[in-house]
Amino acid sequence: MDVVEPIPASGPPHTQRSTMTSASSMTEPWSVLDPAGGLRQDSRVPTGAEALDLGAAYRAMVLARRVDTEAIALQRQGELGLWPSMLGQEGAQVGAGFALRKRDVVFPTYREHAVAWCLGVDPVHLLGLFRGTTLGGWDPRERNFNLYTLVIGAQTLHAVGYAMGIVRDGDVGTGDPGRDRAVLVFLGDGALSEGETNEAFVWAAAQNLPVVFFCQNNQWAISAPFSVQSRVPAADRASGFGFPGVRVDGNDVVACHAATHEALAHARAGGGPTFIEAVTYRRNPHTTSDDDLRYRSDSENDDWASRDPLDRLRAHLTGAGSSTETDDAFLTELEQEEQRLAERLRSGCRTLPVPTPATPFLHTLATMPAGLERQMTEHLAFVAAGEGEHR
Amino acid sequence: MSTALAHALNAGLRDAMKADDKVVLIGQDIGQLGGVFRVTDGLRKEFGEDRVITSPLGEAGIVGSAIGLAMAGYRPVCEIQFDGFVFPAMNQIVTQLAKYRHRSEGAVSLPVVVRIPVGGGIGAIEHHSESPEAYFAHTPGLRVLCPSDSQDAYDLLRQAVRCDDPVIFLEPKRSYWAKGGVDRSGGAADIESARIVRPGGDLTLVTYGALVPVAMKAAGILAEEGRSVEVIDLRSLSPIDDATVVASVRRTGRLVIAHEAARTGGIAGELTARVQTQAFYELEAPVLRVTGYDTPYPPSRLEEDWLPNVDRVLDACDLSLTH
Repeated sequence: MDVVEPIPASGPPHTQRSTMTSASSMTEPWSVLDPAGGLRQDSRVPTGAEALDLGAAYRAMVLARRVDTEAIALQRQGELGLWPSMLGQEGAQVGAGFALRKRDVVFPTYREHAVAWCLGVDPVHLLGLFRGTTLGGWDPRERNFNLYTLVIGAQTLHAVGYAMGIVRDGDVGTGDPGRDRAVLVFLGDGALSEGETNEAFVWAAAQNLPVVFFCQNNQWAISAPFSVQSRVPAADRASGFGFPGVRVDGNDVVACHAATHEALAHARAGGGPTFIEAVTYRRNPHTTSDDDLRYRSDSENDDWASRDPLDRLRAHLTGAGSSTETDDAFLTELEQEEQRLAERLRSGCRTLPVPTPATPFLHTLATMPAGLERQMTEHLAFVAAGEGEHR
Repeated sequence: MSTALAHALNAGLRDAMKADDKVVLIGQDIGQLGGVFRVTDGLRKEFGEDRVITSPLGEAGIVGSAIGLAMAGYRPVCEIQFDGFVFPAMNQIVTQLAKYRHRSEGAVSLPVVVRIPVGGGIGAIEHHSESPEAYFAHTPGLRVLCPSDSQDAYDLLRQAVRCDDPVIFLEPKRSYWAKGGVDRSGGAADIESARIVRPGGDLTLVTYGALVPVAMKAAGILAEEGRSVEVIDLRSLSPIDDATVVASVRRTGRLVIAHEAARTGGIAGELTARVQTQAFYELEAPVLRVTGYDTPYPPSRLEEDWLPNVDRVLDACDLSLTH
């Protein structure tokens, strides 16, 4: 019997050809910005008005990371019950987030804090779910950013359905940039094993839907390494479903932006779905409740830290070859902005409104049935009678 | 004019699609074939493949994509081919569809209807005769409807499509070809109310779906014996219109509840609890249940006696009346 060795969870990238399209399991993720800050010229990186604003991207990465850091601190102080950190994934998320247009729609997992930042979702609102003041936290329609999805993979089908709606609205392939839209759905490497994700791939392919699957392969699904989910790179799966799969360096914000920009444009034009595998690393434990040293080593983490997406872009911006103006004033101002943001998060978290005991009853159905109203009355009376008093 | 229940559903879907161009149908084999029970017969031809969507095989995909369509402003009506095949979609129904309004604090409605042919008595093979209603009724955030005749099939389906809540719409497949009058002018059938199908004063007999005709037959036999039975069709299994049932029991003092689904954790147990809470002193006899047993649905050669039938309902009524 042939024994096939599982491919290793992508550690350091294999050194082979660089191309955006993954051709084999050994393909190195496509990258243009190296860890030392060198930016390679590549015809597939959008230019002009379509180019990624590197200063803005850096700013977003820094501030989103600060949201993450502050949230962890708030959890440690008992202000949040839990926080799923995205440390190390800012490049993938900001690259993807900056490729969105106003009418595009995003379906996140529960770790897309930097994407939320890019879309202008108030970061204080991200905290409510983890503080226990809400099960959502924002109106999905305001920024076209749907609610976090905790059931792994479930959102991929919502993205597919939304894309079916876009097709039926005639908002795809018109050539009118003010009209054409696409859906960007985030998933992780663990979600690749969920049946619903695979159904979503089938539906998207069969109906040629305007949807982009953005998979942050952060190597770990809690304690399960990528080799538990797959023997081939995630991007290679797409061809079996019938649409392109691209494999990019998830710690390279320029590459992630370019790949997402291209895939969304393709989708809006009626070209159908694309799968993007952004190869990255979850530097922190799965959540603040996790203990990652039970299943992985510090040295692996250190290795990925040396390819940090922020360090890399800062090295570029402050280096000799940078075309973007990043002077000391920019960095000083950013630092001050970080401080202000941190303070706003701390105070905003503590003042998030606690819902009234009636809240769960009010939104269960559009109109409250008589039986549920009786339960609410009973509960409110109980709460009112028991205030400050327990047997 | 007399219309089969399946044809009433077809008319309900057609009229709903005419009334609102955001109504789309999605399910396996519902296009050219018209569904395995032909409930969507002719609709693909009339409304086109963009609105009558033949889906890939994947129940999670049907409900999950319907959720996305609803978020995009559509009103999808899903068809699950058989009761036993809804379970791959349970994650989408329970963790997503039922909760999104609540999670978004009322900002986002998901007006999705999930139609499911349910129940036994048709000599089918396994997974084709099940009664999964309690799973859905136990899930807050869903409405669960089950019509028993052509008029209610039409009216309740129209209301289900108009409703901003997710609706699990259970179709008694044994009754698909039973005929009855249908007034398509709308109106009738409140989405939350039970219906007194036959008034009576000695005993209240509550059921829904395919057992309504069985209950009516039992009531007819008891009438010949001088016993006046009030038959109530619940129609809505979530929320349950216990007010109608309690009011009836206050008059009759006796209650028998029948359903095909297994007994433990079923609708009858829930209704029993509500009635004994609200009408304890009016009860003249213990509440009795006539249900499927706590076994997997049996091979079809055994189903006739396993299912609640007229004789089993009569036995329970006799027991109650002689208590």
